[in-house]
Amino acid sequence: MLRRYGQVLTLLALILVQVPAIVLTAVMLLLSFALGMVFLFPSQAIMVRRLAQLHRRLIRQWTGIEIDRPYLPEPPPPIPQPDGMYRSERTLYKTPRVPAWNNRWKWLVGDPATWRDEVWLLLDPTVKATLIPLFIVLPERGLRVYVSWCELLLAATAASRLAGQVSHLRRTRNLAADSQAAEMRRIERDLHDGTQARLVAIGMTLGAVEQLVEDNPAAAKALLAKARDASSETLTELRRVIRGIHPPVLAERGLADAVRALAIDSPLEVSVDVELPHRPEAPVEAAVYFAVSELLSNAARHGDARTANVDLSVKDADLRVTVTDDGLGGADPAKGSGLVGIERRLAAFDGVLALNSPVGGPTTVTMDLPRVLPDHWAGNLPRMPRWKAATVVILWATAWCPTFPQGIVAAIFKIFGIDEKTWFLALHLPEVWQWPVIAGMITLGVLMHVMAIRIPATHDRERWMREATPTKPWCP
Amino acid sequence: MSRVLIAEDLYLLRDGLVHLLQAHGFSVVAAVESGPELLSGLLELRPDVSIVDVRLPPTFTDEGLQAALAARKQVPGLPVLVLSQHVEQLYARELLADGSGAIGYLLKDRVFNAEQFIDAVRRVAAGGTAMDPEVIAKLLASNARREPLAELTPREREVLEAMAEGRSNAAISQRLYLSESAVAKHTASIFAKLGLAPSDDDNRRVLAVLAYLNSR
Repeated sequence: MLRRYGQVLTLLALILVQVPAIVLTAVMLLLSFALGMVFLFPSQAIMVRRLAQLHRRLIRQWTGIEIDRPYLPEPPPPIPQPDGMYRSERTLYKTPRVPAWNNRWKWLVGDPATWRDEVWLLLDPTVKATLIPLFIVLPERGLRVYVSWCELLLAATAASRLAGQVSHLRRTRNLAADSQAAEMRRIERDLHDGTQARLVAIGMTLGAVEQLVEDNPAAAKALLAKARDASSETLTELRRVIRGIHPPVLAERGLADAVRALAIDSPLEVSVDVELPHRPEAPVEAAVYFAVSELLSNAARHGDARTANVDLSVKDADLRVTVTDDGLGGADPAKGSGLVGIERRLAAFDGVLALNSPVGGPTTVTMDLPRVLPDHWAGNLPRMPRWKAATVVILWATAWCPTFPQGIVAAIFKIFGIDEKTWFLALHLPEVWQWPVIAGMITLGVLMHVMAIRIPATHDRERWMREATPTKPWCP
Repeated sequence: MSRVLIAEDLYLLRDGLVHLLQAHGFSVVAAVESGPELLSGLLELRPDVSIVDVRLPPTFTDEGLQAALAARKQVPGLPVLVLSQHVEQLYARELLADGSGAIGYLLKDRVFNAEQFIDAVRRVAAGGTAMDPEVIAKLLASNARREPLAELTPREREVLEAMAEGRSNAAISQRLYLSESAVAKHTASIFAKLGLAPSDDDNRRVLAVLAYLNSR
């Protein structure tokens, strides 16, 4: 309780910062747009962002409610053209300074979040002041009301999330394409230097056999044996290449058994705990398989481990893989172990790798792949609270009444002058009220139908936001 | 004359296997190309030995292996020789798990050496085992850090490898240019070091060694 009062006091004290900030903002905006001193605008916008961010942080610390940053991603630094000049629109510059400034200006002015922040700053002191009585009587509830006010203007919109996702996807796509290309080159080299060369050698040996077979059958026989051995070696080589592309056991058995096969092949004593009700998508399986394979061989090679544990578990649609070994620890991704490669592979699925490897061990690597499994696996699609479900049922059960009998049917009776009132409310009223009531009934009915459809569709804000697309970037 | 069933989806290899086996005095009772056909063939014909590819239609996963395992569950000890483009210790374990022998697991390339391949088929038909040298090499590599194995002499390791592949004392003595009594001495010493109960029966002996290596 006392802590809450302290928090409320902090919030109110922040008004002392906000009011001068409002004045400063007003002056700077006026100077920027009325007098053309546009260079003032970015620093002004950044100042407001800092204040807003401070409130987001405080709210997260106090209430645990996360208000995401709504800002569009910062523009990348300008890239020089082949001739060393920097282009901004139709003008060329020698230094990147002006184009960078232009980009920054466009980024700040064009971001709706900048203006929502300004509105928030302008109104926030008033809102806080209005809430003072509530803060005093029920600080807990007062804070909650204040948080929902902040969420209204400070939270991320679906549009800004989409923009953030696009830039994130562009980055991960480039990473994935790069590692794919590197993979292809490696396979090409393996096939070219190994398999292809060996096949050429076999072909030549067989050619020699053809010439020798009549004159010197013994030599021909020896050469044939050699060709057979060479074909065996080629197959061994090819098997190695195939294992690097897509391990057969993964294709045949899926991730769980493939990881078990890895555990058996490892010189370490590896225990495997797999809890996977179905098979994930093939690319996810491959990424996880290669990551586990790399980690186990790292543990055996550098970590001097004796035992290891691989744990694959599913939570909702997220996949978590934990690899623990009892080695020396002290693994460092910067020292060029395969960890960077694993991270790159996982990045394509938004996966993250967490490494905990104190010197002296043990080493634990946790890989989280969020939402890589189909939603229906999770089995707990967001359910509506009971009161909402009841409301929807009641709406569906009653919406027909104002729409059809009381609205449309009454209107038809009136249009055709049928002299029957039955139970239609409008027709029992004085003449002047009849049409307005009929219109009102139809509106009410339609509204009830709309609500009945909209409540289930929007009740889960997270899901609503996640499913937003550029053609329907709903805002909260 | 031994009755053989062949399950292989590649026509060339299937045909080659049929000819090879017929030339060596086997009678091929069926040559099938898919998992369901294989299973019904195994159960109805009860061949003296079957040669089964791991990957078969319709799913092209481990159809053949599953059919072989299912058939052996109903008919324990039904002799099956599994062929594959790659060998996995995981599959070897599953095949050996019932401990009844009469099982083989070889890379497809071993067919190139007709003599050795036919020898392996005969061994499996007679209730023995035929494990691919690559399986054994992997098995020993993943057991490398285990104490008793590290104590074996190089010669004993060679004997152990040959024994794990399923060879009899006579075959081992031929391959390693040792006298049969020397091989017997080595095997006794290996069994003593690994703490296994000695057995005169070749097949039992092999299964004991494989079970030991797989016990980790």
